[in-house]
Amino acid sequence: MLTLSPEETTAIRLSLRVALWAVVASLPVGIAVAVLLARGRFWGKTALEGLVYLPLVLPPVVTGYVLLLVFGRRGLLGAFLAETFGIVFAFRWTGAALASAVMGFPLLVRAVRLSVEAVDRKLEAAAGTLGAGPGWVFLTVTLPLIAPGILAGAVLAFARSLGEFGATITFVSNIPGETQTLPTALYTFTQVPGGDAGALRLSLIAVAISMLALVAAEVLGRRLARRLEGA
Amino acid sequence: MSLDVAIVHRVGAFSLDAGFRSEGGLTALFGPSGSGKTTVVNVIAGLVRADRARVEVDGDVLVDTSRRVFVPPHRRHLGYVFQEPRLFPHLTVRQNLLYGRWFRTSAERRTPFDQVVDVLGIAPLLHRRPAGLSGGEKQRVAVGRAWLASPRLLLMDEPFSSLDAARKDEILPYIERLRDESRIPIVYVSHDIAEVARLATQVVLLEHGRVSSVGTVDDVLSRTDALPVDARDDAGAIVEARVAGHDDVAALTTLDCRAGALRLPRIGLPVGATVRVRIRARDVLIAVSPPEGLSARNVMPAVVTEVGSGDSPAVDVRLDAHGDTLIARVTRHSVLALGIKPGRRVFAVIKAVAFDQPTRRPGASAPARATDGIVEV
Repeated sequence: MLTLSPEETTAIRLSLRVALWAVVASLPVGIAVAVLLARGRFWGKTALEGLVYLPLVLPPVVTGYVLLLVFGRRGLLGAFLAETFGIVFAFRWTGAALASAVMGFPLLVRAVRLSVEAVDRKLEAAAGTLGAGPGWVFLTVTLPLIAPGILAGAVLAFARSLGEFGATITFVSNIPGETQTLPTALYTFTQVPGGDAGALRLSLIAVAISMLALVAAEVLGRRLARRLEGA
Repeated sequence: MSLDVAIVHRVGAFSLDAGFRSEGGLTALFGPSGSGKTTVVNVIAGLVRADRARVEVDGDVLVDTSRRVFVPPHRRHLGYVFQEPRLFPHLTVRQNLLYGRWFRTSAERRTPFDQVVDVLGIAPLLHRRPAGLSGGEKQRVAVGRAWLASPRLLLMDEPFSSLDAARKDEILPYIERLRDESRIPIVYVSHDIAEVARLATQVVLLEHGRVSSVGTVDDVLSRTDALPVDARDDAGAIVEARVAGHDDVAALTTLDCRAGALRLPRIGLPVGATVRVRIRARDVLIAVSPPEGLSARNVMPAVVTEVGSGDSPAVDVRLDAHGDTLIARVTRHSVLALGIKPGRRVFAVIKAVAFDQPTRRPGASAPARATDGIVEV
């Protein structure tokens, strides 16, 4: 009962890889957008805000379909990226990562944005008077202070990626070994007779990974908080 | 070193139009809250962009709105100690202290780390984090951090206003050492007359966004009628004196100043030390003939130079005692009854003195502990 079939192992490893890449790739963009939304005052801010948070409220299938239209082989950006850089998203694991990143993005941005808004700007001004230019202030003061928020956002996005189903299956389908992640593999099990055991095993694995991620984040977060509060 | 400041700025209903010049030492920006002191310092630091301003340090123009010059704060090479410590919570005390050094070339790192740690007495704190420090410790670290950035000018905005009197007493000697040993010119914002009398070489008096008086500390602070209302009560003359001797039997110390000898309960300073004493106007009485049978023992002959005007029942009378200015606060009724007017020879009876500052104690390594209170004499 507890031994995993090769397909299941593949699906789990693929899921982890997809989720990890989704988080790693969206982190820099997410932090930049969060800082922009927290601090910036520019024309079209509300529109950007809406765009970022849209995947949170949109049916995931719609998000997946939009991705397909934009990043598909004949999509607006998809064709360009494939021709110029050889980057293909459609029906590849990279596409699954992209779908996961888009779905996790609002959660990441929200958590980071809240922590940026909580940063005492007087500390940044103090760093400025000590000779630090804006870039250095961000790297040496702002970034360390928002580290707990980044961590929280990254974990949320990672968990969201692991569970991503609708957008992924719409955008890159459910190809074993390439785009079949844990949730889509689980779905496949539920669609065939006698797949109950496999479905249950994958469910348990999903629970275990999610719990692990949350606990790790909690421990790390506490350590970061303790550093800031200075024991 | 020179600092030249001229600012015109408006925020809501408040308008600031102030300018002053400093040639080094400690310049106190003194005035009641809301007089624009912090704005002046923020314009010098580049944290506030004034409507019109010109700020020049050592011939280097930092702000000149007429020529659209605005040097960003991080290129100004100034140090700023804020009202709150603003220490970086994610760094240790040592890392906080060294933060500004990062952004200086090795030639610009003029301040030796060990000297700063020694002068401010923060060696035991180096490995701790800011959150675990007391208010006074945090402010000392903040002073050290600004000093270690090797600034050409140090700005301090009421850095100790949140500390209680005892803590403040503890920290002021460190600032005196900083002023005397670092040779960095300081602009110090304060609304506390005792602090200003103790630390300042020059005072710029700000009221309602205008400079109402500039001069040496004794000049400005002895102009009691020009001081802000809430500072008048404690105002008085500042007299430089030298410890002439101690009488251990009577437990008295004699100070020499131009006005004469001042006897007071024994203080712990060596003979020869220079002391800045503040004699509050309300602690001085005037007698028209040599008084007899008085409990107060410090009686100095003086000449009335000025009788304050105005219609309040109390009047400040300026006296010249062999070159030292004394100020006595008496009732308008007494002025009339005793015939006190400029040129009249009188006797000043001093009831108490305030010890603000034991300055430049010869050969001292640790700051002398001053009793910053009022001593009945």
